[in-house]
Amino acid sequence: MKLIKSILGWLDDRSGFSDVVMPMLRHVVPDNARWWYVFGSATLCAFAVQVISGIALATTYVPGGEAAYESLLYITNEAPLGNLLRGMHYYGATAMVVLAIIHMTQVFLHAAYKYPRELNWMSGVVLLFVVLGMSFTGQLLRWDANGVWSVTVAAEMAGRAPLVGPVIAHAILGGETVGGSTLTRFFAIHVFVLPGLIFAGVGLHLWLVLRHGISEMPKVDEPVNPATYKEEYEARLEKTGVPFWPIAAWRDAVFSIVVMALIIGCALFFGPPALGTAPDPSDINANPMPDWYFWWYFAILSMLPPQLETFVILGLPVVGLLGLIVVPMFSNKGDRAPSRRPWAVGTVVFGFTALVVLTIYGYKKPWSPDFGVKPLPASLVASSDPAIIHGAELVHQKGCMYCHEVDGYGGHRGPGLSDIGQRLTQPELIIRINNGGYNMPSFAASLTAAELTDMVAFLETRSSSSVRKGSAPSGSHVTE
Amino acid sequence: MCKKENENFPCAADRRSFLNRLSLALAGLVGAAMSLPPIAYVLSPLLSKPRRKWRDVGGLGEFPIGETKLVKFQDATSTAWAGNTAMTGAWLRRIGEDQFIAFSVNCRHLGCPVRWVNDAKLFMCPCHGGVYYEDGAVAAGPPPEALARYPVRVVDGKVEVETSPIPLTTNDLV
Repeated sequence: MKLIKSILGWLDDRSGFSDVVMPMLRHVVPDNARWWYVFGSATLCAFAVQVISGIALATTYVPGGEAAYESLLYITNEAPLGNLLRGMHYYGATAMVVLAIIHMTQVFLHAAYKYPRELNWMSGVVLLFVVLGMSFTGQLLRWDANGVWSVTVAAEMAGRAPLVGPVIAHAILGGETVGGSTLTRFFAIHVFVLPGLIFAGVGLHLWLVLRHGISEMPKVDEPVNPATYKEEYEARLEKTGVPFWPIAAWRDAVFSIVVMALIIGCALFFGPPALGTAPDPSDINANPMPDWYFWWYFAILSMLPPQLETFVILGLPVVGLLGLIVVPMFSNKGDRAPSRRPWAVGTVVFGFTALVVLTIYGYKKPWSPDFGVKPLPASLVASSDPAIIHGAELVHQKGCMYCHEVDGYGGHRGPGLSDIGQRLTQPELIIRINNGGYNMPSFAASLTAAELTDMVAFLETRSSSSVRKGSAPSGSHVTE
Repeated sequence: MCKKENENFPCAADRRSFLNRLSLALAGLVGAAMSLPPIAYVLSPLLSKPRRKWRDVGGLGEFPIGETKLVKFQDATSTAWAGNTAMTGAWLRRIGEDQFIAFSVNCRHLGCPVRWVNDAKLFMCPCHGGVYYEDGAVAAGPPPEALARYPVRVVDGKVEVETSPIPLTTNDLV
């Protein structure tokens, strides 16, 4: 016991732990910080989960070509605890993105980015984008069909840049096509480059926390005046501040435990995201979709007018990054209290509403053809006329229902057809099907005159009364 | 200019500014020497374009006139470990005795794989709802351009498709 104590004492003396590190841990923080301030440390905790689980996964993951998929199958199905680790890495990533955004929202609402903490904010914004880069590259390392097409989409987006587009696209792909050199570069970026940036960024971020101190809860009568802020802050902290360790830190520890429990709980109960089919770029039955935190962007890309698209694809990430970075340059003094900053509160409310709505849209993908649509059951066709029955078959067979819904069956790209018989007359139907319309292909070349007649005969029977007669399947949405 | 500070450093200010510059220049040189080769290595796929190759996708008899079939072939570069990731698909349609059209499977919106829907005579994309007519022209949705086509030829009764880069919208190399 004595020996251990003397060894520890020697280490402490020679390393300077008590002299250098302890004062940092005991730095004085405002006593009113409380639960608002646990999100930053929880993000760091989630990052630690990612580093540790990532190293473990890297011991079995093979970052190359076809073997990557085999190793993913092995990790998921055979390796002891492999499924749990993949789950921890996935939900750890989710936690990191979510917590970083909550952390940033809290800092923004409380205007903690104002003088003298502008650089804290800027380094945090850069870190957020690096974290998003981690989640995108990480999604790719799940090298199934979805991974292959995600790389392709990324290369296509970059390829739209003027002049340098093809160079960037081919740098992303590691060649002119997806191949053996593609995954390895994303592995290097995901495992070395971006984590290195995160370590450096977190180091700077934490150093700045020590240098400028944690901000207090905003008060209406305490606007930031750069000329006097530091003195006033020091004076207030002298009176009411508490050492971070251990007076304030226990809340961070408690919250991090909750986050850990959620990560491991989700990994155990929900498991990692399922592997798709093998990463074969010639397999056209893939249905590429980003992980959920990019669904909002996926939705934007679907709904934009094509002429704006290139500007948004190339501009949005840059404008987003720069726009967030310059926030403290435009407002680094004055009120911090949310009650005095209606525009800030409005921005957050608008931003989150847009994010949620777009995410839901991204999930539902109403613009995507429903390739798996089933034929209409006889009960919905509700006719014994052979022409009408044939017409109903054609509406399914010719792909109409990929985009148009009939009584709960079919896609949502185009208008529903449940009451089309009331909305369009027979000649109008014929013209529309033959010529197409806004966002609708012309079918003149792929339908015979007889087929068209039967199809129109069926469509004419569609009216809201027929919807009520027919028994719509449960969970279906009936057009109003 | 030169201020004599003591016997050992006769010209301290000059000497310091010289050493300052020398160290910075040498450090810069060391940095460049260690980082330029790796950077060039990472970018090397841009410098060495693989030669395009004609790939056999099947005999003439496998392609009835008017039918649109998915064919699969290997890219031009094939690293030994690439396996199925070096494969590419094309929608091949025979339009005459030895005339073919090979459409790239990549949607011109963002590169997702389009599917041929034979009954509707349309190519449809699952990602953002791009639709193309039989000839590859845009029928609906966000794609700004028609489907790209690969060169096809018939040699000794074999249909061959030429390997090509992934078509990039607005920066076409195909």
